[in-house]
Amino acid sequence: MSSLSSKHLLGIKGLSVEDIELIFSTADNFKDVLNRPMKKVPSLRDVTVANLFFENSTRTRLSFELAERRLSADVVNFAASSSSVTKGETLIDTVNNILAMKVDIIVMRHPNAGAALFLSRHVNASIVNAGDGAHEHPTQALLDAYSIREKHGEVKGKKVVIVGDILHSRVALSNIFCLQKLGAEVMVCGPTTLMPKYISSLGVKVEHDLHKALEWCDVANMLRIQLERQDIKYFPSLREYMMLYGLDKSLLNSLSKKITVMHPGPINRGVEITSDVADSDQSIILQQVENGVAIRMAVLYLLAGKVS
Amino acid sequence: MQRRVLLDNTRFGITISRLCRQLIENHNDFSDSVIIGLQPRGIFVARRVSAELSTLFPGKKIMCGDLDVTFHRDDFRRREIVIPSATKIDFQIEDKNVILVDDVLYTGRTIRAGMDAMIDYGRPKKVELLVLVDRRYSRHLPIAPDYIGISVDTITSEKVIVNWKETEGVDEILLENRGTNY
Repeated sequence: MSSLSSKHLLGIKGLSVEDIELIFSTADNFKDVLNRPMKKVPSLRDVTVANLFFENSTRTRLSFELAERRLSADVVNFAASSSSVTKGETLIDTVNNILAMKVDIIVMRHPNAGAALFLSRHVNASIVNAGDGAHEHPTQALLDAYSIREKHGEVKGKKVVIVGDILHSRVALSNIFCLQKLGAEVMVCGPTTLMPKYISSLGVKVEHDLHKALEWCDVANMLRIQLERQDIKYFPSLREYMMLYGLDKSLLNSLSKKITVMHPGPINRGVEITSDVADSDQSIILQQVENGVAIRMAVLYLLAGKVS
Repeated sequence: MQRRVLLDNTRFGITISRLCRQLIENHNDFSDSVIIGLQPRGIFVARRVSAELSTLFPGKKIMCGDLDVTFHRDDFRRREIVIPSATKIDFQIEDKNVILVDDVLYTGRTIRAGMDAMIDYGRPKKVELLVLVDRRYSRHLPIAPDYIGISVDTITSEKVIVNWKETEGVDEILLENRGTNY
């Protein structure tokens, strides 16, 4: 197989296992490119990519922009806060205006779930979902699974626990889809209030005791508490959350085996994980960031091959 | 579909040996020279040549790497997407004499991409091109090989097939006619 099954990357749900394997094997090559003296290839030199961020982002936007520039694409950036969106322009109008300037690929982050899918139905460009509300964040899930594959050799058969704010997390949902497709066992762990009601229908184990969850797993993905999405109080205090669901060094050392610790960033140090855990040799947080560029290069490269 | 043997197993071996000796004439003991095979099929020529050179210079490590040119191709988005192979160059090419190696030289576009890809790893002192088969009169670019295993005159409907003991079980070069496209 030499191309993706879709011209968009809207979510992990729409990808086949072959698509994911293809993205991974292509990312292997881009990882090699990123470690060369010259970290740039000319593949996308006639492709223009617009990064549309209707929601704040540092890491994902920077990672996409680096990926685009290292593929030699022309890049335009758009932040909703400084655009005509604040003057009342609709999403389709905004995007069609950008496309009239001959843009081939749109990378979009939007606070509303389904925004990327909606756009893909109404505009003629390849859409890459860089996060839509609490729905999906496919490139994050791909880079997480890729990092597990890199660390453990393969994803199949691995036990991964996703800890924290599952309710508001697009990373959790995309990770569940991606890891399950690749044959991993997935558990979610967090306070009952931050657990979606029908989460077990996705085929994941549910655990509320962090110690038990960590004893079970090979890899723990510690999610950020998304205070900006929490319209009500879901737990009494961050201090209490840290005591029950935070990962510190003593808890990590008390486990019967060495687990791998991941975090999609940005870290609230001292909330989800303490600094000594984040900076320990069991953490692959910075490898995740490095792999993020390679994965996004692979996705853009494979989608650009479909742009006519 | 007709097939004709251009080089059989015996002559194949003689040709590799001859190419090695031609290389020695210009590169002495390969202290300042490296061999880079272009993926996917040029690596077989490069490895065979470097293995034979190693027997000619016992104890000397002949530097040989694999280079993938996919991301530097000029036909991206003009044909089915090409999935890259691995690049493995674990030595410096800065200020070295580089011998780029491919199996068949046809339009020259792969070599052009190969030169671009190679420059990403440093600035060589000099670059030469070794090919096992030179399909003459078919170049799209002004590229000429320095070392040639065999030159053949072909038409577009013909295809040159290089088989290797490692993958196909026999060393041979065939010319296949795939129709009457002339």
